[in-house]
Amino acid sequence: MKVYDLPDSHGHFGPYGGIFVAETLISALEDLRIQYERYRSDADFQAEFAHELKHYVGRPTPIYHAKRWSAQLGGAQILLKREDLNHTGAHKINNAMGQALLARRMGKSRVIAETGAGQHGVATATVAARYGMECVIYMGSVDVERQAANVYRMKLLGAEVIPVESGSRTLKDALNEAMRDWVTNVADTFYIIGTVAGPHPYPMMVRDFQAIIGREAITQMQEDYGRQPDALIACVGGGSNAIGLFYPYLDSSIRMIGVEAAGHGVETDQHAATLTKGRPGVLHGNRTYLIQDENGQIVETHSISAGLDYPGVGPEHAWLKDSGRAEYFGITDEQALEAFHALCHYEGIIPALESSHALAYAARLAPALTSDKLLLVNLSGRGDKDMPTVARASHITF
Amino acid sequence: MSRISTLFGKLLQNRRKALIPFITAGDPEPGMMVPLMHELVQAGADVIELGVPFSDPMADGPTIQRSSERALKHRVSLQDVLAMVGEFRESDSSTPVVLMGYANPVEAMGYDAFTARAKACGVDGVLIVDYPPEESVEWVEYLKRQNIAPIFLLSPTTPQQRVERVAALAEGYVYYVSLKGVTGSLHLDLHDVAEKLDGLRSRISIPIGVGFGIRDGATARAVAELADAVVVGSRIIEEIERSPKAEVLTNVHRLVKSLRVAIDAVSPAPSAAVKLTHL
Ligand SMILES: Cc1ncc(COP(=O)(O)O)c(C=O)c1O
Repeated sequence: MKVYDLPDSHGHFGPYGGIFVAETLISALEDLRIQYERYRSDADFQAEFAHELKHYVGRPTPIYHAKRWSAQLGGAQILLKREDLNHTGAHKINNAMGQALLARRMGKSRVIAETGAGQHGVATATVAARYGMECVIYMGSVDVERQAANVYRMKLLGAEVIPVESGSRTLKDALNEAMRDWVTNVADTFYIIGTVAGPHPYPMMVRDFQAIIGREAITQMQEDYGRQPDALIACVGGGSNAIGLFYPYLDSSIRMIGVEAAGHGVETDQHAATLTKGRPGVLHGNRTYLIQDENGQIVETHSISAGLDYPGVGPEHAWLKDSGRAEYFGITDEQALEAFHALCHYEGIIPALESSHALAYAARLAPALTSDKLLLVNLSGRGDKDMPTVARASHITF
Repeated sequence: MSRISTLFGKLLQNRRKALIPFITAGDPEPGMMVPLMHELVQAGADVIELGVPFSDPMADGPTIQRSSERALKHRVSLQDVLAMVGEFRESDSSTPVVLMGYANPVEAMGYDAFTARAKACGVDGVLIVDYPPEESVEWVEYLKRQNIAPIFLLSPTTPQQRVERVAALAEGYVYYVSLKGVTGSLHLDLHDVAEKLDGLRSRISIPIGVGFGIRDGATARAVAELADAVVVGSRIIEEIERSPKAEVLTNVHRLVKSLRVAIDAVSPAPSAAVKLTHL
């Protein structure tokens, strides 16, 4: 059997990934790569990570059988990997925790992060508080407006939130600004990237920290169902929750489905379906699919869920798409909202709008399959943060 | 001989240092670029670095970011930038023009189409900020096929091994970034620059330019004591930004002229300069 062993030593997943940054950042990335390689196989580090995931984050997260919703859809059984039950309400903290522990080992006293919806910012502010580190979060000024509650959460946790006024004033610009901070303050600062994007070693490192999702799932499926699922389904913004679930399954032949934000529809220019509609290029330190215009300028994306509203995608997903190992589809705002309400109604679970994209795809796939089939959906986060957005979409004012 | 080596050869004979202003193509507006380029030459520029605007200029500070945004409001594309150079060449056949920008616009156009068109328009060198040497092997081949100089950055944190790798690929000149951080930062450590350049001289046989953080005649002059070329970007762009359109040319001229005068006040010891044989 062919064993999946990407990325190569320079961070390449086939033609994707790599290190595309200015010379000023190279030595910082090299240092990070060396330190990460060291702690990746360090038993003490891994034990501390496991301990924190169990006692602070609240892992393992259960797999829940959404019986009523499955019955209503009529077809395959839908199982949910409950990342929404993590501390801070999403998978993001798995990675923030891993990187914070690495930052500590590297003697960095200050952590910085970019955030779009604010989930990764909250996760980073949380672990920074947990370890007494200074924390600065970059957030596009448009997102600061849209995600006021998460901004307040980060501030409560002691983080400084810096609104970014450049470019489209959203997640991609926050990432640019965090990189600029890092290159300037690299001596004492660790940059905690929130998804499997950025230059090597970030896509690999974030994947490894998120892979706890898939590893737990393999064990839990065996224990609870005596077998593995027939398909894995996860939403893809940058792609960290999806790769976290997929990665431990890559050497199997189980179907893997990534669900992107089709916004108002992939036939419009209001979407964030990078793998479906983008073209390969270079952004944020790696080569991957990008939503760009004919002149190679990155264009603004749209999704009802801020966490999927990103014009790039992790380079490993670009490779998994090209190699055919994983499939990627788009789900519109409207379809995601429908799945959101269905899960609230049938299961008493309020999902994040990001995760609702994965749910919506599962709802389309399930009826075409027999009832003995198992679909494992990554419920990447809870929907409390999305109350204002969902209310607005339903024409309700508080 | 290429325009870049002809220039540095002449400067060396006259014991002068190169002044390299950076402007963003399309800022303040596309129609002013060619006159602005000629104005830079008249004020004493030896090489023009022309920035290709990009939506996500990750290595740039606020001044150049804003400049890039202004250019993009005019929808200036890489094709437009090349056309500007072509028009500039119609009446200036000797001043080297170096494009500086990010990878994605070049990848969108394609290496083949870009390098062929750049050659035809009279581009002399290209610096892609987010192409470090490791990711540049194919790219450099395309440039060299058209006799366009691949320009690379070196930084205070570049280890020796990488300096040698850059030395093997680079042509024209190398661009030493004088500080940690993004363009437009304020702290330039001259002592550190002096020390680092000493170390680089033994490995790099082409001229060394120094940039990032040079904001006035005094620093330009101090850097000119040490390097072969002085690159000034953010300070010039600030001048463009704060000048009413009708005064851009005169104000930029005055600024560049003052930098020229400061740099020419330097009379370098011959040992500090590159040897002619290496050009
Ligand atoms: C709940 C949730 N799911 C998914 C995402 C998308 O990120 P990724 O694709 O990296 O998992 C986010 C990002 O903010 C999120 O908050």
